[in-house]
Amino acid sequence: MSNLAQTEIAAVRTQFPSPRSSALVSSAAKVVAEFFEWFGNLGIFAWQVARAAVTPPFEWHELVRQLDEVGSKSLPLVALAGSAIGVVISLEARYSLSRFGAKSLFPATLVYSVIQVMGPIITGLVVSGRVGAGIGAELASMKVTEQIDAIEACAINPYRFLAATRILACILMLPLLTLAADACGLLTGWFAQSLVEPLSFHQFIESGFQGATFNAFLPPTFKTAVYGLIIGLIACFQGMRTRGGAEGVGRAATNSVVLASLFLILADVVLVKFILVVFP
Amino acid sequence: MTAVNEIPMKQMGLEKDGRLPVVAIDKVYKSFGEHKILNGITLNVSRGETLAVLGRSGTGKSVLLRLIIGLDHPDEGSIRIDGQDIAALSLDQLGDTRKKMGFLFQHAALYDSLTVAENVAFPLRHHRKGMSRSERCDRVQQLLAEVGLQDASEKMPSDISGGMQKRVGLARALALDPEILLLDEPTAGLDPISSREIDDLTLKLQREHQIASIVVTHDLFSARSIANRLALLDQGNVLIEGTFEDLRQSDIGFVKEFLKQS
Repeated sequence: MSNLAQTEIAAVRTQFPSPRSSALVSSAAKVVAEFFEWFGNLGIFAWQVARAAVTPPFEWHELVRQLDEVGSKSLPLVALAGSAIGVVISLEARYSLSRFGAKSLFPATLVYSVIQVMGPIITGLVVSGRVGAGIGAELASMKVTEQIDAIEACAINPYRFLAATRILACILMLPLLTLAADACGLLTGWFAQSLVEPLSFHQFIESGFQGATFNAFLPPTFKTAVYGLIIGLIACFQGMRTRGGAEGVGRAATNSVVLASLFLILADVVLVKFILVVFP
Repeated sequence: MTAVNEIPMKQMGLEKDGRLPVVAIDKVYKSFGEHKILNGITLNVSRGETLAVLGRSGTGKSVLLRLIIGLDHPDEGSIRIDGQDIAALSLDQLGDTRKKMGFLFQHAALYDSLTVAENVAFPLRHHRKGMSRSERCDRVQQLLAEVGLQDASEKMPSDISGGMQKRVGLARALALDPEILLLDEPTAGLDPISSREIDDLTLKLQREHQIASIVVTHDLFSARSIANRLALLDQGNVLIEGTFEDLRQSDIGFVKEFLKQS
């Protein structure tokens, strides 16, 4: 084939892309459109929930029930996760610090690691798994069995009754659960250390919190309220927009956990930077 | 004070006997994607009247009820409840309008985390704040007795049969003393005795409380015994509307076939 013919073919290909490449472009465009559509719908949902949450009548009874559901029922799991972290950090820190001859820094290392880093994120991920999946599946199941429609038909705003109460419960409970995880982590970390090298709890706390300010501990604990917002919002959103039967319920539960955990980790990056800038 | 979306009575089209249609459906269209469900449907229901909506499965009967209570919105046309176009209502106004309506879902849609009594008490707890606990309990027991389920009050919805769930759903729909009752397949899945009990209850509500009812059903016997008028839907529109006798005397092939098969 002559060079001229090849050039002509190339020019025609550029003008009229092959069906395969145009299919790829259209599917990529669809994915991008769905991505923005998802965020748009999430924004509309968040606005509707926020508006419903601040206008009476307030659903105090349901809020208290959700505080119990999110808080008390997550406590054992969060405490267990916190305790495990305390032991792991204790084991790792003792080994590392011994290598550099800095064993005296062990209490401070444990305190800072648990309270500033591991406690909040582990609590967030544990609650995301337990509560996120629970809310996603519960609301999805209510959606496919028309229970949410029945609530609406009873002249009750489902954004207020179902979503706002659950999201508020997550926001309020996450910092408290984080404190519980932190306390368990410090206790088991100290206990694991004491088994190897006896150290009184009083000494451990005094040494660990020496020179510490509220700024070092309060922002990392209260940033978990943002985790609560993310978990509650995404789980409610995924649950209340479910379509289909059992498959839809399963998908909503899975998506709630996956997306909430993902956004929680991304939010952590932003929040850590924010805290470092605002509370140096 | 007249609401902005309230319209003069003359424009709403009074019934022949001068009664005001409490539900006025005017040229309503509804599609889901490419699938046309309702194709310019027009129906009126007056106070104290029961309209039975018949038709093959998938002809948009349940969609019609969802449009009336505002769970879905028509693509075109209007639905007026007591003269108010529900598409033009604010959320609060729509809530007030919904309080006038009781809705029985096709599959009852009971809250599965609440007991039977709590399900019936649910609307009362939210909208009858002044009601004491004992008054609420009495009202719930009274409603459950009306549907013959006074002994099932502490059971969970998963522990009772589908027919019983439907009766609980009906008790819940009646909790706020509605002016309009929307029943989606009220007798489906019920034994003949329970079906007749539901029919009797609907008739009683119609006579004693002047409730306007729209009943979507496949049960022609039930429709015949409770409804003042029947409307047969076909291809998203009303094929024929009238008394059972009007339907029976119709020459339309589909009507004959439908009555024969039912």
